[in-house]
Amino acid sequence: MENKQIRPKILVFSTDKISDPGIDQAGLRKIHYSPAVYVISLPCSSGIKPRWILHALKQGFDGVFIAADGHECSYSPKCPDLTNKIIEESQRLMKENNINPKRIRMAAICSVCAEPFASHMANFTKILAELE
Amino acid sequence: MEKKEKKERIGVYICHCGGNISDYVDVAQIKDIVKNEEGVIISKNVMFACADSNQKEMIKDIENEKLDAIVVASCSPKLHLHTFRNVALRGGINPYNYTQVNIREQCSWAHSDTPKEATQKAAGLIRAGINKVSFSEALENIEVSSTRAVVIIGAGVSGMRASIDLAKMGNQVYLIEKENSIGGNISKWKDLFITGQKGNTIIEALGKQIRELTNITVFTSATIEKVSGSLGNFIVQVKIGSEILNLKSGAILVTTGFDSYIPKEGEFGYKTYPCVITLPEFRELIDNSRETLIYNNRKVNSIAYIYCVGMRQTKGENKYCSRVCCTTAIHSSLLVHEKFNEVQAYHLYRDIRTYGKQELLYERSSKSSDIYLKYDEKAPPVVEIAGSKLLVKVKDELTKRQELVLETDLVVLVTGMVPRSDSRQISALLKIPVGNDKFFNEIHPKLRPVETVINGVFLGGSCQGPKNISESVQSALSAAVKINALTKNPTIQLEPIIARVNFDACIWCGKCAEVCEYDAIHPLEMYGKTVASVNEAVCKGCGMCTPVCPSDAIDMAQYSNNEIEGMIDGFLEKVELEKAEGTSAPGEGEDGNTMKDMPQIWRQLAACLDKESKTIPALAKELDLNPELVTYHMMTMNKYNLVEADGLDDSDEYYAYKLKNLPHVEN
Ligand SMILES: Cc1cc2nc3c(=O)[nH]c(=O)nc-3n(C[C@H](O)[C@H](O)[C@H](O)COP(=O)(O)OP(=O)(O)OC[C@H]3O[C@@H](n4cnc5c(N)ncnc54)[C@H](O)[C@@H]3O)c2cc1C
Ligand code: SF4
Ligand code: SF4
Ligand code: SF4
Repeated sequence: MENKQIRPKILVFSTDKISDPGIDQAGLRKIHYSPAVYVISLPCSSGIKPRWILHALKQGFDGVFIAADGHECSYSPKCPDLTNKIIEESQRLMKENNINPKRIRMAAICSVCAEPFASHMANFTKILAELE
Repeated sequence: MEKKEKKERIGVYICHCGGNISDYVDVAQIKDIVKNEEGVIISKNVMFACADSNQKEMIKDIENEKLDAIVVASCSPKLHLHTFRNVALRGGINPYNYTQVNIREQCSWAHSDTPKEATQKAAGLIRAGINKVSFSEALENIEVSSTRAVVIIGAGVSGMRASIDLAKMGNQVYLIEKENSIGGNISKWKDLFITGQKGNTIIEALGKQIRELTNITVFTSATIEKVSGSLGNFIVQVKIGSEILNLKSGAILVTTGFDSYIPKEGEFGYKTYPCVITLPEFRELIDNSRETLIYNNRKVNSIAYIYCVGMRQTKGENKYCSRVCCTTAIHSSLLVHEKFNEVQAYHLYRDIRTYGKQELLYERSSKSSDIYLKYDEKAPPVVEIAGSKLLVKVKDELTKRQELVLETDLVVLVTGMVPRSDSRQISALLKIPVGNDKFFNEIHPKLRPVETVINGVFLGGSCQGPKNISESVQSALSAAVKINALTKNPTIQLEPIIARVNFDACIWCGKCAEVCEYDAIHPLEMYGKTVASVNEAVCKGCGMCTPVCPSDAIDMAQYSNNEIEGMIDGFLEKVELEKAEGTSAPGEGEDGNTMKDMPQIWRQLAACLDKESKTIPALAKELDLNPELVTYHMMTMNKYNLVEADGLDDSDEYYAYKLKNLPHVEN
């Protein structure tokens, strides 16, 4: 991990209807967060494949953050449980590949969570920087 | 799925957004960086990607350059995804071979403090978009046939009103009511705010219209037993006595209404002291009393109303405000004064929420002899009996929490609206999500307020949350219009972003079917083996089934492994910024941009200013445009040094503008 940029690269999985609008809000209100944060929006966090998370971490992302809908998910009340299972499975794959399981994190982000999103990014950036 | 062939003729459009993006992101430099990406044929900067003139340019490019996919890097897809899908379609390419990249909300604005990094990130985002679009598949909308019939569950004022409109629009309507008569809650009450009409009169008038419409069938004492099928073709099984009917319908409208909160035994003396009743009970008492108000064989000379009972509980279950109860209590108090002589009223409230026109009732009440006392949730009023006296103790917030003891004949608990006790049964049958407040949840309270995540299932009235009659009817009628827009055509188009199974890889383990909330996956015999098959009309495109597959045999259209992993690779590709950071506008780019690259409106404005300077109102008039639009564009042109102020006009009111730095104006 030499010659790394000072800012750890974070891949965020957001959701089209709830957390992505929250992340848009942060931009709209010019609430700044690390420019090394990249977002992929999906319909629902329980549709994230662990192989994508592993791919991101192996290819050069320092951390993966799941901006989930939590109990606000409009598809299923099981969403938080299913998303947790995806994280567990990803951490299993990460261990197999000698990747620190702390490199994945999740929090519920709603459509007005601009500040919480920015502060999650600041925290995670700090945690990842310390891991290096 | 997992198609190997990639798109080879991609057009990339990177938007300035009139400075919103290009003030922080060096869009000209990114245009040059991505020009060399595999498959990219065109890479352009545009001032406003969404402008009509640019849309036309894009269509020309698609035709002239035989583009097979497009990427627009501009604002959030929430704003213009459909605009550009349409551009693709008009140009002759599949709308799903288009990707929107958000370099405004999630880049230029979010990182306006670090323009160099913002530029670097924007390049990564656009490369990800190019990778995604290069693996994108052409998708066709799913077409399902539709029955021109609607089942409405619940015949309160909302369901009744919606049934009339849906029938008049040409739908067969089945109105299902579980009670033995129609009308719902308001049929029990006489005078109603805000019009003073009587509940039973409204219901009788609606009932008459329903009887006159031959395409409405009403079922009373009827319950919903089972719902199968999907949008366009639901089968709703209804039980009436011992009879079972299967009703075919294109859509379902849920108008099951609300229950009133029932206080627990002992809550403010309810059910422990005889003279403590709820607001709905009080309404019936007013309606049934003549000349004198008598309760429990005693003439009522004074009443204490305790507001927010069971509502706005910081610690309890119902955190929300029930909106209707403040007005109902005040309206009831006014009715008491109108009907009976000399009754003293004490209103023990937390806040008064008589919004809109309902405020006039509050004003009337405050000007009467009624006394308003404000209590705090932490120190609620206490109801006690002392001998034959009913006492209410309250600490009034407005007089330094001084404790007052009110002797009263009747305590009315101002209870609010709660979800129906049996609403879980309906939510389970129809798979409608419920919110934290346990009312049924729409997709989005502002943007899609009457639709549910279940295609074809709509909500109306107070089953969505506390509403007065006019709000209930408004939501039910907007659902009616939405439903008719679906059922009026013999076929319905659905978005094709759903799960697909790779039959070669599937081993039918059933795991995907197990997690699917919507029962969209079933086994299918194919090529001599059992595989999973997705019902296109039922699948919601949530993707929950995809991570659980042990053989990675199921994925979602638009979210294949290639597309997502391609995006990840695009983000990570190294970006070499050659030039010093800086921003640029079209017209000053070194590759010889001229006015031709500018929005049509700028060219029109420039042409008007060619000979003499003019004010914004004069320009708006000459071009027959909205002055605000002209102001916006003149300010942006001013920012890019294309026009400048040329002194005030003769009336000293407006600045005139003249051209500056403009090359040759061609139109
Ligand atoms: C005390 C009180 C006074 C009020 N006074 C006023 C007023 O003066 N002015 C005003 O604007 N608003 C007033 N309101 C509000 C008003 O009552 C509501 O806005 C209105 O009743 C909402 O109508 P609805 O059709 O949505 O629901 P409801 O009136 O609750 O009707 C729902 C219907 O669906 C039926 N149903 C429920 N579940 C099922 C099922 N599973 N299967 C079949 N049928 C089912 C029910 O039996 C009922 O007939 C008052 C409310 C209260 C509590
Ligand atoms: S409407 Fe008034 S009484 Fe009802 S919950 Fe809201 S504040 Fe309380
Ligand atoms: S989980 Fe995968 S293998 Fe199992 S049935 Fe579904 S698609 Fe087939
Ligand atoms: S995408 Fe969602 S709704 Fe569709 S089959 Fe999979 S789990 Fe069911």
